[in-house]
Amino acid sequence: MEDTDSVAVARVKAGDGDAYRVLVDRHSRSVFRLAYRMTGNQQDAEDVVQETFMRAYRQLHRWEARSSFSTWLYRIAANYSLDLVRARKRHAETAIDETPANQGAPDDAIHALPASSPGPDRLLFSDQVQKCVASTLDELSQQERTAFVLRHFEGQSIEEISAALGLSANAAKHSIFRAVQKLRRALEPMVSHAL
Amino acid sequence: MNVPTENHLTEEQLVLYYYSEASETAGVEEHLGACESCRKAYHSLQRVLNSVDSLPVPDLSADYETRLWSALDARLGRRKSFAARWLLWKPLVIAASMAVLIIAAFLTGRTLERPSNQQKSVADSGIRERVLLVAVGDHLERSQMVLVELANAGAPATGHLDISYEQRTAEDLLEANRLYRQTAASAGDFPTATLLEDLERVLLEIAHSPSTVSAKQLEDLRKQIEDKGILFKVKIFGSQVEQREAAPSKAGAASL
Ligand SMILES: [Zn+2]
Repeated sequence: MEDTDSVAVARVKAGDGDAYRVLVDRHSRSVFRLAYRMTGNQQDAEDVVQETFMRAYRQLHRWEARSSFSTWLYRIAANYSLDLVRARKRHAETAIDETPANQGAPDDAIHALPASSPGPDRLLFSDQVQKCVASTLDELSQQERTAFVLRHFEGQSIEEISAALGLSANAAKHSIFRAVQKLRRALEPMVSHAL
Repeated sequence: MNVPTENHLTEEQLVLYYYSEASETAGVEEHLGACESCRKAYHSLQRVLNSVDSLPVPDLSADYETRLWSALDARLGRRKSFAARWLLWKPLVIAASMAVLIIAAFLTGRTLERPSNQQKSVADSGIRERVLLVAVGDHLERSQMVLVELANAGAPATGHLDISYEQRTAEDLLEANRLYRQTAASAGDFPTATLLEDLERVLLEIAHSPSTVSAKQLEDLRKQIEDKGILFKVKIFGSQVEQREAAPSKAGAASL
């Protein structure tokens, strides 16, 4: 797999533009999954994918064949998601006054469950859990979210994450801890008794 | 952080254990085997983290790759072929900055005949706006490449990173930038002028930095780029330009 990636890269560098399509076809869906988990929004995620492949193309001379091409792509995608969401937040903050810190969306999700729920409706329950995961991820700082997604969904080590995001190992680790803490606070009441 | 009472495992140790971060989990397994209360805590953490996996990701349509490729192809192939872009980067920049002079003159109307009637004047201003859009769009795209390269450059392994390439490119871009900024300002397009002014400061910073930078200097540079939110603005502007470009006929764009 990686071998054919480096073959495709070599062909692009030699001037064969269509060879880049091979890389796009091969990796775009997994970059999308990552981007979606980092942004929580389909349109943003699609933008991230497009921008990731643009940047990767332009920086192809920076890719070293000894690292995996997909890991390198994820790294670009992670950094771009960080920039995008941060810039957008900054933008929103200047436009609107700070929203109160205690928005409590996950709590609302829990309270939205009917008190006399007719037995453990699995579908309803898993739907609530999904919503709670999504809204808690939305409340993380973008650094926490990115570090957590890379660790949890992509199986990257703390060392790899700190390198990818230009953080110290300690900072990467604590971003992940904070993310887990927040998820735990939101999800534990839901998942601890059930199932 | 959580101070362990009676030497129980901390939440952090449990998290690292869950993710098999081996370097930090010595003795955790033994403790879990022996300690009921930590085992409970771990199971509860497991349930939470396992439930995170339930987060759904939307399905993409079957033609996703095709749509993505045509969007990329349009953006990447806007100037010449892949090969030309790849190999002729430097000459392109030089050519572009010369083209800038011509375009700028054209836009300010110096080389243009006075329109003979109202209708012609309307058509001209439409073409003129389009030419400026395309030119500025290209300029921003080139600038974006430099900023992205720097923003994403890994920490230098040798202690120093050679940025002479980005530096020279920034120098080339500066000249074009000044002209576009003046043109935009004199045409009354203040949003564009303001964006170009912000961009100019960052390009100046890059052009004036040493050709090899330490990790610290790179970080400062990166912070500059980040603080101004310039990449984001450039991207937003770029996508607006693409939309406006894509909208009506390509007559103006083709003349470039
Ligand atoms: Zn214990």
